[in-house]
Amino acid sequence: MLEILGKTNFDFMGKRYLAFAFSGIMAVLGIVAIVQISRGTANLGIDFSGGTAVQLKFDQAIRIDEARKILEANGLENAELQEFGQENKLLIRLKASTTIEEKVADRVVAVFAKEFPSNRFVVDSSTEIGPTIGKKLQEDALIAVLISFAGIILYVAARFELRFGIAAALATFHDVLAVLGAFYILDKEITLLVVTALLTLAGYSMTDTVVVFDRIRENLRMRRRESEETIINNAVNQVLSRTIVTSLTVVLVLIPLALAGGEVLHDFSLALLWGVVFGTYSSVFVASPLLLLWPGASGRMLKRS
Amino acid sequence: MKKVGGRLALLVLVIMASVIFFIPSYQPFYQALPGWLKKVMPSKGITLGLDLQGGIHLVLEVDEDRAIEIAVDRVVVSLQDLLTDKKIPVESASRTGPTQITIQFQNAELKAQIQKLINDYPIFSEPEATGPANRVVWELRESEAKRIKDSAINQALETIRNRIDQFGVAEPIVQRQGLKQIVVQLPGVKEPKRARDLIKETALLEFKMLDEDNQPKLDLPARVPKDSEAEILRQFEAKLPIGDEILFERGVEKDTGREYRVPYLVKKRVMLTGDVLSDAQVSIDQFNAPYVSMTFDSKGGQEFERITGDNIKKRMAVVLDNTVYSAPVIQDRIAGGRAQITGTFSMQEANDLAIVLRAGALPAPLKIIQDLTVGPSLGKDSIEKGVQATLFAGALVVVFMIVYYRLSGVIADFALVLNLLCLIGALSALNATLTLPGIAGIVLTIGMGVDSNVLIFERIREELRSGKGVRLAVNGGYDKALLTIVDSHVTTLITGVALFLFGTGPIKGFAVTLCLGIGINLFTALIGTKVIFDLLNQRQKVDRLSI
Repeated sequence: MLEILGKTNFDFMGKRYLAFAFSGIMAVLGIVAIVQISRGTANLGIDFSGGTAVQLKFDQAIRIDEARKILEANGLENAELQEFGQENKLLIRLKASTTIEEKVADRVVAVFAKEFPSNRFVVDSSTEIGPTIGKKLQEDALIAVLISFAGIILYVAARFELRFGIAAALATFHDVLAVLGAFYILDKEITLLVVTALLTLAGYSMTDTVVVFDRIRENLRMRRRESEETIINNAVNQVLSRTIVTSLTVVLVLIPLALAGGEVLHDFSLALLWGVVFGTYSSVFVASPLLLLWPGASGRMLKRS
Repeated sequence: MKKVGGRLALLVLVIMASVIFFIPSYQPFYQALPGWLKKVMPSKGITLGLDLQGGIHLVLEVDEDRAIEIAVDRVVVSLQDLLTDKKIPVESASRTGPTQITIQFQNAELKAQIQKLINDYPIFSEPEATGPANRVVWELRESEAKRIKDSAINQALETIRNRIDQFGVAEPIVQRQGLKQIVVQLPGVKEPKRARDLIKETALLEFKMLDEDNQPKLDLPARVPKDSEAEILRQFEAKLPIGDEILFERGVEKDTGREYRVPYLVKKRVMLTGDVLSDAQVSIDQFNAPYVSMTFDSKGGQEFERITGDNIKKRMAVVLDNTVYSAPVIQDRIAGGRAQITGTFSMQEANDLAIVLRAGALPAPLKIIQDLTVGPSLGKDSIEKGVQATLFAGALVVVFMIVYYRLSGVIADFALVLNLLCLIGALSALNATLTLPGIAGIVLTIGMGVDSNVLIFERIREELRSGKGVRLAVNGGYDKALLTIVDSHVTTLITGVALFLFGTGPIKGFAVTLCLGIGINLFTALIGTKVIFDLLNQRQKVDRLSI
């Protein structure tokens, strides 16, 4: 039997205040990110903010400062440029300051065709999104997330206890906030795909938490004499090897995707990687200790076997 | 122990169904099948989303206010005709607001007579019964405005569909979204700009008479430079005779290649519109220049014959989207119902013009409010890289499971493959569209599938450690893990359903794969792998389990 961890007995619950402090900071960062997003000052992808993105693939290498210069010379200021190393790809993004009727994408293409006549290129992709659509997308995503959280709290509360539901939802929310905060700090663009990744990690983190809770419930039913802190701590230790094996497998999937999955999958996999780290951490250090903050109600439903 | 037979049969059945449904998604293999087999097989599989295969996704909005203005403008023109026919002298009859027509006149005694004209136009009402004695104001009824808006979007939808059909795109999607939006998806289109132009062109074809009586009085310049149109219009605005307008023809100087515009004084009254066309084709004239020849339907042909007969030696303008294409002198009555549009076209422009003429005009201009274009090369890139990375990642997981769980790891890997197979089979059966977020959903599902097995195996290990026999340990492990697996899957399912119901576009695609995956996961984890364990146990008495 190959085991990463044998039978363990770490005192996870004893570290809870340290964990709460760390998580608190991450959550605050995430909340700052959300506030900035709703104020429109964060690095929102054009799928949310509206605007234009054109990706060009050149035959020869192109200097990013030259590209910026010629765009400015042709009246396209405030373009964000990003290049993808070896492949001579250039991504040009313009946030929605103009109306879409102007066909900004066509203008960008025309500028490059005019200024770099010897360096031929193809248009890999172009995206133009009117500001109203982005707004709608933001609202829809928010509603979907809120409703799924409400549903999860209700389900977990029915299967376990209300405090389990709230703890699970809080822990999951914490993970989403933490990754969002990290994206905000690193000034990574928040696109629809990143939001999808956040939803994926919410699902992952929720699963992780429910697995731990399940064991806690089982142990609460069996060993009534021990203190709740001991019972929860034991449960976390018992599922620890599963937690680590599963996380490891998911990380095994994500690393190749992040490194070699192409530019589209890169940010997505990166968000998920962080999500797995936080999700694993939170089911051990956040969700379970949260249960201890709200004792009292313990038992009624759980001890009926 | 429960009988294995029934569950095994179910498992085999599911695998077969998945394979059968999956086959059409892999075209090279499907095409190689014999014909009789293709007939009994499902013919459609998974479609790749635009982010994976390239193409255009457009969201268009019909300019409703403009649609109403256009409708009201038409009434104004016919009203002016009516006033002329009935010889009622008025100062002006014009649209004075988005939905308002005002008729001004000198002689107050005419008021009753003019007010009565509204009976011919029941879509209008008179808001003010009393008012100045020399003015009548009509207002478009609100119910009519609503009807015009509604029919504008339906007509636009129909027209776009026609045009795209003729453009020739495999599996286009043209749908109404909400009240005034139209979604157009053209997968795999190679010339996105051309397709976009084709969709957006209003293509309103009109035949109008030049006002040759007033043209000398106005003294319009023969030629003006390009982009000076607005200035010319402003300059002559005050002098325009009632019921006339200035339209321009495009031209190019042969030797310098410079563009210019020719202004014409044209009567607003529309003699004939493009709705009476039955066909439009590209032809080549003796100078090898392409032009579009049009055929009228029988009613249009008769109309055209009458109009040309009545206006011999006068000039008629062929106007497309408010640009004059030609203004020939009518030499004789034209029977046979044919006309042509000449101009300086390339062959492709002439072709596209013929398409939009055949498909009909849009009721109002369209605004593009979202435009996603993915070049075919990027799509191919992302598939290749994505598939390679996913395969590599999958191989890593497979190896890891075998190293960690030995023989049981092989069973888990079987579950993994089964999972993927069923998921792809189910997506094919639903003819789902696979997008990048959809792949994300698959990755999450696979993760959960592995997790279910890890949960079960860790439980079995615990049972073995506590000294139970293999069979008891396996059963105990499954039983105890069952609740956990169900709980974790249901919570994720709740997320999936919420996202499906309230999410839009790409998020919905993610939700579909997620929800399907969860159901399949439960099946493979609780039935699929258990059958294998039970088979192992049944064959011989197992003393040691490789786990």
